[in-house]
Amino acid sequence: MRQKLARVIGGVAMVALVAGGTACSSGSDTASGGDACGSKIAFFGALTGSSAALGINENNGVKLAVDKYNKENADCKVELVSLDSQGSPDQAPGLAQKAIDDTKILGVVGPAYSGESEAAGPLFNEAGLVSITASATRPSLADQKWKTFFRAVGNDFSQGPAAGNYMKNVLKADKVYVIDDQSAYGAGLADEVKKVLGPAVVGSDKVQGEGKQTEFSGVVTKVKAANVKAIFYGGYYQEAGLIRKQLTAAGVTAPLVAGDGVNDGAYITSAGQAAAEGTILTCPCQPAAEARGTFVQEYKALNGSEPGTYSDTAYDAANIMLAGIKAGKSTREGLLEFVKGYSGEGVAASYKFTENGELDPAQVKVWAFKVTGGKVVPDQEIPKS
Amino acid sequence: MDFDGLFSNFGELTTTGLTQGAIYALVALGYTLVYGVLRLINFAHSEVFIAGAFAAIWTWNGFGLDQNSQVSGIGSVLFYLLVAMIVAAIASAGTATVIERVAYRPLRKRNAPPLAFLITAIGASIAISEAFGIYTRRLPEGAPSLVSSKPLFHVFGVPIDAVQLLTIGAALLMMVLLDLFINRSRTGRGIRAVAQDANTAALMGVNKDRIILMVFIAGGSMAGVAGLLYDVRIQTLTYSVGFLLGLKAFTAAVLGGIGNLRGALIGGLLLGVVENYASGLFGSQWKDFAAFAVLVVLLMFRPTGLLGESLGRARA
Repeated sequence: MRQKLARVIGGVAMVALVAGGTACSSGSDTASGGDACGSKIAFFGALTGSSAALGINENNGVKLAVDKYNKENADCKVELVSLDSQGSPDQAPGLAQKAIDDTKILGVVGPAYSGESEAAGPLFNEAGLVSITASATRPSLADQKWKTFFRAVGNDFSQGPAAGNYMKNVLKADKVYVIDDQSAYGAGLADEVKKVLGPAVVGSDKVQGEGKQTEFSGVVTKVKAANVKAIFYGGYYQEAGLIRKQLTAAGVTAPLVAGDGVNDGAYITSAGQAAAEGTILTCPCQPAAEARGTFVQEYKALNGSEPGTYSDTAYDAANIMLAGIKAGKSTREGLLEFVKGYSGEGVAASYKFTENGELDPAQVKVWAFKVTGGKVVPDQEIPKS
Repeated sequence: MDFDGLFSNFGELTTTGLTQGAIYALVALGYTLVYGVLRLINFAHSEVFIAGAFAAIWTWNGFGLDQNSQVSGIGSVLFYLLVAMIVAAIASAGTATVIERVAYRPLRKRNAPPLAFLITAIGASIAISEAFGIYTRRLPEGAPSLVSSKPLFHVFGVPIDAVQLLTIGAALLMMVLLDLFINRSRTGRGIRAVAQDANTAALMGVNKDRIILMVFIAGGSMAGVAGLLYDVRIQTLTYSVGFLLGLKAFTAAVLGGIGNLRGALIGGLLLGVVENYASGLFGSQWKDFAAFAVLVVLLMFRPTGLLGESLGRARA
């Protein structure tokens, strides 16, 4: 029995080898772009689950980039592989391995969130598979010495102080309550805000993220008693929506300020329009509508919806990789070197990476958005100090 | 530790804790009823609750109400609440019935070991929860704000609002009705008889399968009402909230003495306030820690819970 099994496995392996071989040779037959034809780039992020909205925005941006590339290079197409992580760090290693095992995948746009980046990063580094995240803003990701890690946006260190500055200078808040969801992203952001605001933070509390907590009466009671001018929440939109809803229900009218994890229309569904009104959301990105060129129209034509947060950044990240493939980089090493040395303009910003993969600080923009009339609309670019 | 935070907000932490505790208590009744009769922990009961909560939201959606709708006029509010409550209770009781028919009864007929029941219970729970997850695309669904949460009046400086009155009032009412049903009605006597000694009860002409079904229906209806109250209070529902809430309700049942209806009420309310006090004293991240620490400590001293197991040891 065992012998038979071994033979079957051997047979399957041989067939796979032969098939793989022919696929390789047929790939190199096609003209212009040489070996790079038929390569794939992957998108890695949540496409289902409670935090999928950002992932879908990004995936659609990448889709547009690939679609445009394939129209311009019809004889040498690139394929997009969308990997759905559900935003979960537990799923990330398996999914990263899947991307690594597919040797046709030359680069990854993502992972979209910080937790999954932390889990997938070492694997990408080992495999030499270049990844450009369009939205994982946890600062420590760049300190891991992963040679394959690149970030197309500013990190929390840029967003946290900006949120603090906004509360101090624009809202003139002398009493602030800070809440976070104990995630690396949320707690990191909250700590940066506390540093900037100092004694103006009159109280702080921690809640559970990832949909684990829905009932916030303990926090609400404390915020209400503290009688603050503004509330900062470090975390994602699902809990933010519930907290805002329950605060408003309890009669707290102070505005909620939160980071890019809350910067999405789904926050308004969760909080309800009336409660969400006036919420301030920061983002180390610019409004998608401010994207240069014809991006907005093209995105709408392809996806049938307005571009959302990070759609433009993900589009740019994909385009950096596609430019490498266009330049004939047909191996992972080649594309990695290309991204490392890249310098150029995208629709959202100009791109150039530092030694450890961060976006050049001079290029980082942080914007404040405001929920007005049931929509997240751009408010103003926050000055750096 | 923030003693100041706890004491200055003591009243409000108590009222909101009691409100949440009332919902735990209603769900806990389902665990306790089934355990009392079958000596079985129905882990799928959390999904019975979720079914009711979704049914209530979808009923309101059917009337064209979503999370942004404002409903005015006490008549229409009561109408929407009542209709949603009936639909939620039916949906939950129906789900409970299906679980009993599909996951438990066939095993009982084949004299399966207790471990098999435990696994089918967990299996049914995950399957139903995932089905809701897929159907709702794992996104939150909003409920209209039917009952105002503006303070109606103050008791010793503690604001009391209509949502709290409704939740606690409805929970107590359901509890009294259930207590009367179990202790006064003919079916209730049957339930107590089966709980005490199923074989002897069968010899006396009690139809065991019918009694068990009644138990699931009664527990399910309570969970359905709890689902409606949850929607009214939280106004947003995600498919996955049942798990932790179910676990807390089960904890409440054990805390009060599993198998004991009044114990479930006490356990639920106690758990609700303990959670809130802990979040006032240590910070909200300690909420679940405190809830389960209290359970462990209490069981060390009273292994059968606060009031002890009693559905079988009938008072009447």
